[in-house]
Amino acid sequence: MSALHELTLSEAATLLRQRQISSVELTRAFLERIEALDGRIRAFTLVTADLALQQAQEADQRLQRGEQVTPLTGIPLAIKDVICTKDIPTTCSSRMLEHFRPPFNATVMERLQAAGAVMLGKTNMDEFAMGSSTEHSAFFPTHNPWDLERTPGGSSGGSAAAVAAGMAPGALGSDTGGSIRQPAALCNVVGLKPTYGRVSRFGLVAFASSLDQIGPFARTARDAALLLQAIAGPDPRDSTCSATPVPDYTAELTGEIRGLRIGVPVEYWEAPGMDPGVARVGQEAVNRLRELGAEIREVSLPHTRYGVAAYYIIAPAEASANLARYDGVKYGYSYRDTSDMWEALDKTRQYGFGPEVKRRIMLGTYVLSAGYYDAYYKQAQKVRALIAQDFERAFEQCDVLVSPASPTVAFRLGEKLSDPYQMYLNDVFTIPANLAGICGISIPSGFSEGLPVGLQILGNAFAEATILRVADAFQRVTDYHIQRPAL
Amino acid sequence: MIDRETVLHIAQLARLGLSDEEVELFRQQLSSILEHMAILREADVSGVSPLAHASRLTNVMREDEPAPSYPPQVLLANAPDQEEQCLKVNAVLEES
Repeated sequence: MSALHELTLSEAATLLRQRQISSVELTRAFLERIEALDGRIRAFTLVTADLALQQAQEADQRLQRGEQVTPLTGIPLAIKDVICTKDIPTTCSSRMLEHFRPPFNATVMERLQAAGAVMLGKTNMDEFAMGSSTEHSAFFPTHNPWDLERTPGGSSGGSAAAVAAGMAPGALGSDTGGSIRQPAALCNVVGLKPTYGRVSRFGLVAFASSLDQIGPFARTARDAALLLQAIAGPDPRDSTCSATPVPDYTAELTGEIRGLRIGVPVEYWEAPGMDPGVARVGQEAVNRLRELGAEIREVSLPHTRYGVAAYYIIAPAEASANLARYDGVKYGYSYRDTSDMWEALDKTRQYGFGPEVKRRIMLGTYVLSAGYYDAYYKQAQKVRALIAQDFERAFEQCDVLVSPASPTVAFRLGEKLSDPYQMYLNDVFTIPANLAGICGISIPSGFSEGLPVGLQILGNAFAEATILRVADAFQRVTDYHIQRPAL
Repeated sequence: MIDRETVLHIAQLARLGLSDEEVELFRQQLSSILEHMAILREADVSGVSPLAHASRLTNVMREDEPAPSYPPQVLLANAPDQEEQCLKVNAVLEES
């Protein structure tokens, strides 16, 4: 048997059910791995070791009794620190929420707990999920396990790095413009952004409410399917959460993609800024899919070039409204050295928010302000409609669309910090799926210059089973997802 | 181009205190970012309705059933300041 921290989630689940290992042993192995490595990687903002061992003991009792056993019973997981955990700090990697302890659990946490999962801790992120490198954490940057001088991507960089380094077999993140898929690509793990409305957002600290979605990180498509199975489905506390039935995702993992129509969107592959090494790896992945019997066809998503601009108007606009709640009165950081209400409000927000959050609040407030609303915000919403139409047409001809998830491999820490727009361009291939509300997954697909390249597979709304099937079929004939960074 | 006065006006709308350095930094950065946004004007949006969300849902209804809420001390546990089970804030109205 391989070392416990090298097991995939599915392998661990099988061994747990066979009682060959206990959840306490498994959890200890990951806690020891975190202890040994996280001083260098810094994926976690908080490690909840005592709670994890307590949950592991309870899971072992369930496994022993053979009652209410699910594939996640006894499985340790890492949780992005934007997801509310009852009585456990939920900071969004912001000074504003540094000492905030939510009085409730997010719906996804309730579901994981009901399934018997174990929480290892909370993971680092760009502040309020705004960023593509995890360098905008107010606490510390996270390092890419494949090269500690490079970023893991973001904003869910902590969750991606934790899984990549074997510090957790699975994790949850959130994806507003690529924040699951891009770090998954840069860290050589699987990351899935579900369809908007597939997973409840109740208890997900809001960034851009029409775009945000919680999703899983794991080593394999099968593991991602198990995690999605546990968290998907309607929730009366999130009216945007869909009642569309949740299929049995693992039952769809047949390994069979013969005749499946796979679209190659030319605008993605020919985008300016696409690294030639990344494109080459992506092309080899497409060839693999063709060898598996899929039918590859070129498609056009003609409004792709407007995606980044539309997104960086819509997302900051929604953020500027969502973050108005941080007033220093109800919870969070509060500036106290004044009796003047307005000064307290201004300074609470001045000292509580970091530079990227302030930049987006300013940008969002500007595009919503009188005189600019039509020119920027309304125009962006119309372009959003055109981008959604592009996908509708493409999915009439194809079952899924494939491209690299990110135009480059992991970049160096600090490399893009001084030019915000260069940072925003990282999201060029991931943003359109959020604008259109469709689902997407990034899977390990090879290496360029020794660094991981992720293949993004986009599916129509509620077609998670299809993208997971393609991802699983690819992983059956490749070993990229098995390769580990030297740590 | 965005000028200093516009930055200060937007900051006031957002109730966001900024240092002098931040005012100058955001003046430059917002100007530069908005230049990139100008590409949106090239899109032909004639006859296109704005899309506010992609949830594919309308009018989600449920029964209005009573359910227990949180006790005040739980909801006030994160409050920076409180008094007699209320959030304590600075004076809103000035004495004249």
